[in-house]
Formats: sequence, C-alpha cells, structure tokens
Amino acid sequence: MLGAVLGAGFAAFVYMEVNGHHVTGMDNQVVWGLPHVFAVFLIVAASGALNVASVASVFGKVEYKPLAPFSGVVAVAVMAGGLAILAADLGRPDRLIVAMTHFNFKSIFALNMFLYSGFFAIVAVYLWFMMERRMNRWSGMAGLAAFLWRLILTTGTGSIFGFLVAREAYDSALLGPTFVIYSFSYGTAIFLVAALGALRWDGRVLDDALTARLGRLLGIFTAASLYMTVVFHLTKLYVTRYHGVEAFILAEGGAYTALFWGGQVVLGGIVPLALLYSPRTGGRRAAILAASVLVVLGGPAQMYVAIVGAQAFPQPIFPGWQESSRFFDGEIHPYAASLPELLLSLGGVALAAAMIAVALKVLPLIPDSCTDSSSPPLTSPPARPR
Amino acid sequence: MSGNARRGFLGTAAAALAGAALAPGIRLIDLAVARAPGEAVTGKVRWGLLIDSNQCATGCTDCVTACNRENGLQDTGRPRIDAQWIRKIDLKDAKTGREQSAPVMCQHCAHPPCVDVCPTGASFKRADGIVLVDRHTCIGCRYCVMACPYKARSFVHENLADQKPDVPRGKGCVEGCTLCVHKIDRGDGNTACAEACTSAGHGAITFGDLNDPASTISKRLRELPNRALRADLRLDPGVRYSGV
Repeated sequence: MLGAVLGAGFAAFVYMEVNGHHVTGMDNQVVWGLPHVFAVFLIVAASGALNVASVASVFGKVEYKPLAPFSGVVAVAVMAGGLAILAADLGRPDRLIVAMTHFNFKSIFALNMFLYSGFFAIVAVYLWFMMERRMNRWSGMAGLAAFLWRLILTTGTGSIFGFLVAREAYDSALLGPTFVIYSFSYGTAIFLVAALGALRWDGRVLDDALTARLGRLLGIFTAASLYMTVVFHLTKLYVTRYHGVEAFILAEGGAYTALFWGGQVVLGGIVPLALLYSPRTGGRRAAILAASVLVVLGGPAQMYVAIVGAQAFPQPIFPGWQESSRFFDGEIHPYAASLPELLLSLGGVALAAAMIAVALKVLPLIPDSCTDSSSPPLTSPPARPR
Repeated sequence: MSGNARRGFLGTAAAALAGAALAPGIRLIDLAVARAPGEAVTGKVRWGLLIDSNQCATGCTDCVTACNRENGLQDTGRPRIDAQWIRKIDLKDAKTGREQSAPVMCQHCAHPPCVDVCPTGASFKRADGIVLVDRHTCIGCRYCVMACPYKARSFVHENLADQKPDVPRGKGCVEGCTLCVHKIDRGDGNTACAEACTSAGHGAITFGDLNDPASTISKRLRELPNRALRADLRLDPGVRYSGV
C-alpha cells in the first residue's frame, strides 16, 4: 500500500517535470500550491516530532526516555518526506546540485538548506548517542543541540513567509515564533499517531499513564497554537491596510474561510481540546488518538490557508486605486489542485511512513520492556520476559 | 616677452587648445555610453524608465505587443500560465472615479526583494541597475515570484519553441523584464516598449540613465511630479510613475 502511494508520487513527479507545471493547478498567480502545503506542514511537524526526545533529554522527564529514539526517527522521516516534495516540485529538480553549491546567504531559503541538512546530521548523532550505551552520557548534550537547532529551523521556516513584505497576508515577524508553536502541536500529534499505530502494528499498547501524559502535552500545545493564531490575526487587524486581506481570510474567502474556521480552528483546535480536556473523554486512548488525528488534519488546512490563501488575495500595486488587467491584477486568483500535485504530496507522506516502518523493523526503537530502572513501565501488559 | 615667458605662454595656450579640442570628444564618448564588448558593466549609469500615465492611452497595448515580439513571448491561449513581462493595468480611483492606465514591468529595484530571497543567487542586479535571472542557476523554486511586490516575475510552465537568440528562456525557470538588456548592451539606447510607445505617438515611456543629470529621463523626472510604486517598501525602483 505504502509502495503504491510512493510509486504514484514518483510517477506524478516525472509527469510534472516532463510536461512542465502547466499540468498542475498552479499558474503565474498562485505559484506555490498543494505540494508546498504538504511540504511545509511536514517540515514543521518534523521538528516538533522531536518534542518527546527533547522533553526526555533536555527537560529531564525520564518517563519519556524509552520513546526518545522513536521520536528522533519520526522527526528524520517526516523531514525527509517534506523535503522530497519540495525538491520534486522545483522547476529544475535536475539542478539540486546547483542549490547545494551556490548560496545566497541573505536568502532564508539558502539558510534553511543548512538548517535542514544540519537537522539530519544532529538528530542522527543524537540517535546514535541514545542507542549506543557507551555514548549515552553525551546524549543529553546532543539532545540540547538538537532542540536548539530545531527551534532555529522552525523559526527559519516561518520566516520564509514572515519576511515576504510583498504579500499582505504575511509581512509579520510573528510568523517565525508562530510556526515554532504550530510545530509543537503538529509534531506531538504526528508522533502520537505514529507511536500508537506502530505499537498496534506490533501487537502492543502504549502505557496508559504515558499516553495520558502525551495527551496533556498535546492539549497544551494545541491551546498555544490557537493562542498564536488569535494573536497573529489581531496584530494584522490592528493595521488598517491589512483589513482587506483579513476580511478575505476570516470572512469572505469562501474555501479559505471555511478551511480556516472549520479545518484549522474547529477541527484542528477546538474539537481536539474538547476531546483532551473533557471529563468524559480526557485521558482515554481513543480520545487522544482522535485528537491527534484531528490536529494532524488541521495542519494542512492551516498551511493551505497560509500558503494558497495568501496568494489568492491580490497584491496591491497602486494602493488606493481599483486595478484590473489581462494579468488578473486586482482579482481573487482561483486555484484547484490537480491529481499529480495530490499524488506528489501523498507520496511525500508515504515516504515518511515507509521510512518509519523500515526503521521499526531494523532498529530496536520501542523497547520490549523498560529495564531502565529510572523509567516507569512503557508497555502494558508488561513485556515478555527475555 | 622673454624667451622663458614666451615658452610658458605657448605651453599654456597649447594645453588650453588641446583641452578645448578634446573635451567635446570625451563628453561625446560619455554621452554615448559606448561600452566595448567584454568591458564590465559599471555603476556609473543606472538605467531606468519614467512612465507618464497621463500620456498612456487606455486600451493601447503597443508596449506589451512590442515586448512580446522583442523577447519571443508567445500567447498560448492560457493567460494564467503565460509569462507576462509587461502588462497594462487599468486604474480607477475608488473615491473620485478618475481613470488612468499604466504599464507595469520589473521595477529594477536598487534593493530588489527577488535578489534577497533567491537561494542560489540566480536573481541578481547588474552594476547598472538592471535586475536579471541567471538561467543557468535558477532552480525554479519561485520564491522570487512570491517576494516581488509588483507581480513582475513569471515562471515558465511548459516547453518553449522559436526562441530569440538574444533572449534565452527555459521551462522550469523564472523570468521577467530584462529592460531589453540585449538592446542596451549592443548600444540601441532604448527598450522595445519605449520605442513602441513613441511610435504610437504617446511618449508615455521614457528610457534613460538616471545617474546622468543631462539625460532626457532625468530632466523629465525633475519637471514632472512622480513617485515609485509601493514607495512604502523603500526599494528604490528604477522605474518611476507620473500621473498616478
């Protein structure tokens, strides 16, 4: 199944590159489409998937320690999936080597290339230190380095948009920290979905107390994400010249407005919070899994609004004048993702899932038992005796 | 007059005569801005345009047609996908109903956001102020399209045929107005859009050296009230607008 989706994604990539991007829904008004939505979502989520390891290594919560290596693997796999989409969507993917040899250090994109490749290297070293007993004593330091690196990385990813002063929907330094907070909730949710899924695949269940603890962490991050969303839009609304674009996103934007309120806020924020904190469902495995899935689905909704919605709204070139042209100035730009874009995007998700599955097969990622005396039991019922 | 004094007088007179004879020539060379092939572009000149929207006729698209012809841009019947290096924007004052029209192209900013964001340095600014894309290092990421406040960059969505030898283009790369750099470099001294506008009798587009106080564009910029588009961004564009 994963192989089929991966194959379809690769076929979509070849089809788009041979024919050119005119076979996609993207055009010269909306140049970043669904592939970018998924790519940026996965990249942001990847850095957040490292949360569990960071909480164990950096913040000394030993109960998360047995899950830390899996957290690192999920982070690397999801990052690889996101970057694969981004690279496959380039106009000239054959020039990837150019991108790796020519750098404009004023470009946040160029800086991010170092941040992304450095992320792989640092998390790999961190995984090695965690999984190699002789190197364990250094794992705390590697964990701190990985944590700081991922904070910078996500700030850089948010800044790709934040520094685009030409687009009224962006143009805010708040997007850097906002993306960091989003990454906490997306990453924790993706980790929970992967961990619960992997253990079920293995015929085991995650310890109830640990599941509940991770659920509470997800609740805090989801609430923080909603808070950042509110603050971001309030700061925009404070500036009169942004009222048009804010009205578009929040009230008049059709699909974008529906995705914002329905997808990002309600399904991706309020419903998960209700599931996680309601006295009837809070702490229950099924509720935590459902909340995680909803947060994961809310992520692409948020990115769709942020990336495509921002381009759909016209750029004011002559502020104060009504503009019209044969190049669609002054108009809302339509966008509908094509099948190749969807397949390419899902291919990236499948790549991440396949990497996690392979890693689970070849690496002792989720321990059979928690022999570490400092950690409470991980699996329930207790693991088989060796 | 003693021998020494005479010799001094003759020397001074010869120098003055030589100066008087050579100066116009030097000045002429300066005016023609002739640059030998292979000679590096310098920052002594800054090429730019002045658009006078009061002279620009609504409905006239001669500048767009000339640009497309000069640079080999073709109409594929898919306007949302076609590259657009210059376009006419019709404007209406929302309060008063006053109508204007003006062409918009790459504004050749002194501080171009497209150059700032380009990861590989493919977007670059020449010493003479012309902002270009190096087609050999553009990876087609479209970050510059996202960053341009003037919607002046286009991405090539499909294979191209019948290209102009002077204007290389390619699928998967981003492109935009080059200020007819191939014409400037061969000494034509004008852009296709400005030539077409003059031929049509409007004279709404003036091309020239913004650094030369004696150039026509500098003189007109001194006479006409004018401004930069999106002046709030302080990008110091090489294209200025009068009448809007």
